[in-house]
Amino acid sequence: MRHFPAWKSVMVLVVMLLAALIALPNVFGESPALQLSRRDRAAFTEAAIPEFGGLLGGAGIAFESAAVDRDGRLLIRFADVTQQLQARDLIARQYEGQFAIATTFASRAPAWLGALGLEPMSLGLDLRGGIYLVYEVDVEGAVDQLLQVMERDLRKALRDARVVYQDVETVGRQIIVRLRDAGSREPALKAIRDFDPSVTPEDGALPGELRIALGEDQVRQRQDFAIQQNITALNNRVNALGVAEPIVQRQGLNRIVVQLPGIQDASEVVRVLGKVATLEFRLVDTTNSPVEAERTGRAPLGTRLYRQRDGTPVLLKRDVIATGEQLVDASFAPSQGEPAVSVRLDSRGGDEMLKTTRENLNRPMAVVFIEKEREVVERDGQKVVVDRSKEEVISVATIRGVFSNQFQITGLTALEGTELAKLLRAGALAAPLYIVEQRLVGAGLGKENIDRGFKALMIGMAGLFLFMAVYYRVFGLVANAVLLANVILLTALLSLFKAALTLPGIAGIVLTVGMAVDANVLIFERIREELRNGSSPLAAINAGFERAFSAIVDANVTTLIAGVMLFVFGTGPIKGFAVVLNLGILTSMFTALIGSRALLHQIYGRRRRVERLAI
Amino acid sequence: MELFKRTPTIRFLEKRRYWYAVSVLVIAASLAAVAIRGLNFGIDFTGGVVIEVHFPEAPDLERLRGALSAGGLGDAIVQSFGTAQDVLVRLPPAEGEAAREVTEHVRAALATVEPRAEIRRTESVGPQAGRELAEKGATALLMALLFIAIYVIMRFQWKFAVGAIVAVLHDPIVVIGMFAITGMTFDLSVMAAILAVIGYSLNDTVVVFDRVRERLVQMRKATPREVMDAAINETLSRTLLSSLTTSIVVVALVAFGGEVLRPFGVALLSGIVVGTFSSIYVAGALALDLGLSQRDLMPPEKRGEVDALP
Repeated sequence: MRHFPAWKSVMVLVVMLLAALIALPNVFGESPALQLSRRDRAAFTEAAIPEFGGLLGGAGIAFESAAVDRDGRLLIRFADVTQQLQARDLIARQYEGQFAIATTFASRAPAWLGALGLEPMSLGLDLRGGIYLVYEVDVEGAVDQLLQVMERDLRKALRDARVVYQDVETVGRQIIVRLRDAGSREPALKAIRDFDPSVTPEDGALPGELRIALGEDQVRQRQDFAIQQNITALNNRVNALGVAEPIVQRQGLNRIVVQLPGIQDASEVVRVLGKVATLEFRLVDTTNSPVEAERTGRAPLGTRLYRQRDGTPVLLKRDVIATGEQLVDASFAPSQGEPAVSVRLDSRGGDEMLKTTRENLNRPMAVVFIEKEREVVERDGQKVVVDRSKEEVISVATIRGVFSNQFQITGLTALEGTELAKLLRAGALAAPLYIVEQRLVGAGLGKENIDRGFKALMIGMAGLFLFMAVYYRVFGLVANAVLLANVILLTALLSLFKAALTLPGIAGIVLTVGMAVDANVLIFERIREELRNGSSPLAAINAGFERAFSAIVDANVTTLIAGVMLFVFGTGPIKGFAVVLNLGILTSMFTALIGSRALLHQIYGRRRRVERLAI
Repeated sequence: MELFKRTPTIRFLEKRRYWYAVSVLVIAASLAAVAIRGLNFGIDFTGGVVIEVHFPEAPDLERLRGALSAGGLGDAIVQSFGTAQDVLVRLPPAEGEAAREVTEHVRAALATVEPRAEIRRTESVGPQAGRELAEKGATALLMALLFIAIYVIMRFQWKFAVGAIVAVLHDPIVVIGMFAITGMTFDLSVMAAILAVIGYSLNDTVVVFDRVRERLVQMRKATPREVMDAAINETLSRTLLSSLTTSIVVVALVAFGGEVLRPFGVALLSGIVVGTFSSIYVAGALALDLGLSQRDLMPPEKRGEVDALP
């Protein structure tokens, strides 16, 4: 064992001490807690604590501690879940609507560990309960919206340049401009280029027709924007729900994953998060008859046929004055006993509104409410996904005065009004969202999953330790120590990376434990072989480690390849399994090749003579 | 304690034709089972809704089915899940609003039988997402096989590589076949287990091949079959021991890890057994029949040294 340098032993010791420290917070467990944040987004101060202490104490609800965290939220810990839930109901009753109250778990680790930035592994939803949602963003819808805006702006540009056109229409991903006569082709081209130098108008199929196609870059940019915008909107909506440690992240090209720990009521969350509600303001076309349009099924050029809430048809101009995207703020503000939503637009929307109202005094304007949903229906025995968009004119009102960026919408019930205001405030979704995956785990089941997982791990490890100790004696104990070190190292890495531990993750730890022993078995069998071939004990140990090296590396690399593929192509919990598996392979190579050798060196390397090995 | 006091001298490869036959039969049976019975895919792959319900007392499943039918959910599959008090209700795909309503309908229908029924978990996967998860799983499987093949070819001679890859293909087919025969739920976690099995099984094969490579150069006078047998025998105790140690923990997982992890554990366990067999009989035997010889392993750089001598 003379080949084993002292610095390696020191390194193993340092690494293990560090790992033990990082893994330490996991030992203390968690207590159920409530996390309160103020709706007005102001921070809590320490001064608020006695007030809550008094309230809970007065109701006979015991709590462990209360403190203000770094983000200005109040965290109250409880001994058990019953008290936590009682306290939640009490606080919700007492301070109706003032706070967002989230149920969560808080680490019981001593404060100094937290001060060092050391935290326990976070638990995945399947272990703590909560909702896992995968949304698909309708990126096509986002492109359609872009086309609509372009169409509107083009009309305006042509009008401003005094080019006489018959119609501007969106067909697929193209905008077709029909001119009144060929003579206006040149001025039209000029107006279009001035309007947006990045587009390249081409001659259409018919004379006097111009075609403007969206570039691929524009389409991609728009889709990316839609997803980013939706993530922001979802984040806002999630924050409004009051969830501790929510996760909203992009997955792949057009998916968004939302994870909400601790939430137990799926229906409310799904309704608030996924609803695509937006508004459009349009002028009413008063020159044509909507009844006639409904009868023939054809709306006159430049108009679209809508329905009001009572079912009567109404023709609206194709040009949108403003949309929900230009909305800055919305609040429910009943005026004169009638429910109303007070709306504020950004400057562009305000300008447009000002111009429109000034030019159209005493003419009617409509507010269109758009809600989208996706449904699966059966058609000829086949399941078909149908996108349904509900577009409804919620109010038609005569423009009585000139207004710009601030006005009121009426025509809704009180309930619809509050919900619309909430949705509009949280930020409009730039494109419709559809749930494609939804998993809900109750808190009780989560707890049970952890208990079962750890029971399996403990029993498996106990069986393994027993077997190794009986089979390899002292060397078996070395392998067991190394295995334990491996679990500590793995725990430390998972805590450090803030990877969420899931049920498959626990399975990964169990599997890693079983497979990590393999490296030691390879080495020990080789040592036995060397002994049988007549090597001296110390030479046998050296040869065992050296000769087993290539087999260990080869064997682990192949498993690592499979693990990396799992990580790359896996989603959700499977990724969790892959992370644990891959990290486990790396840590087990370290502990088996270097850790166990350092340990054997401590046992046998210092003796002057080693007669035989306890293997 | 030792499994073998002396290195065993079993002539594994002498009767390899019989073992090939066994392998071919098992593979054929597996493929036939998949073709005839099909796999009981979980909602991860088919899309659908799964609702786990806990009852304070063991419910009568027939009554639950009746209640669900009465509630307009005639296509619900009801089965007990782990214990008699836990019941799993499975329904065909629904999305968005519909998925939410399905949960409510199930809750309402079950409440007519047992008002204290507690919904512990609901999962809903859209049909499109299910297809994608299946595609991604299959891609992961193929990519893993491809990269493992590349690695083995780089690391070993091609005859080894062919043997190793066939052995590695052999194992997931048998595991999948077993899932077809038993009708156990085949979901994403099983897919993950199969990938782990591929890595694990190859692990055994590589250890054997590593030894073959070493012995081929040392045992100049022996026939390739003798070398292969020697390598298998010398690594036999390790092969069996590693399978045993891994099995110990995986058995604990199957026995105590709960219903959700059980298919995963069973896939691993069967994969370990088949993988051990294939590493001994399939991989080595094939390399041998492809005409493996000492010449395949003559290290080229050594020849260079000899040439450089005066």
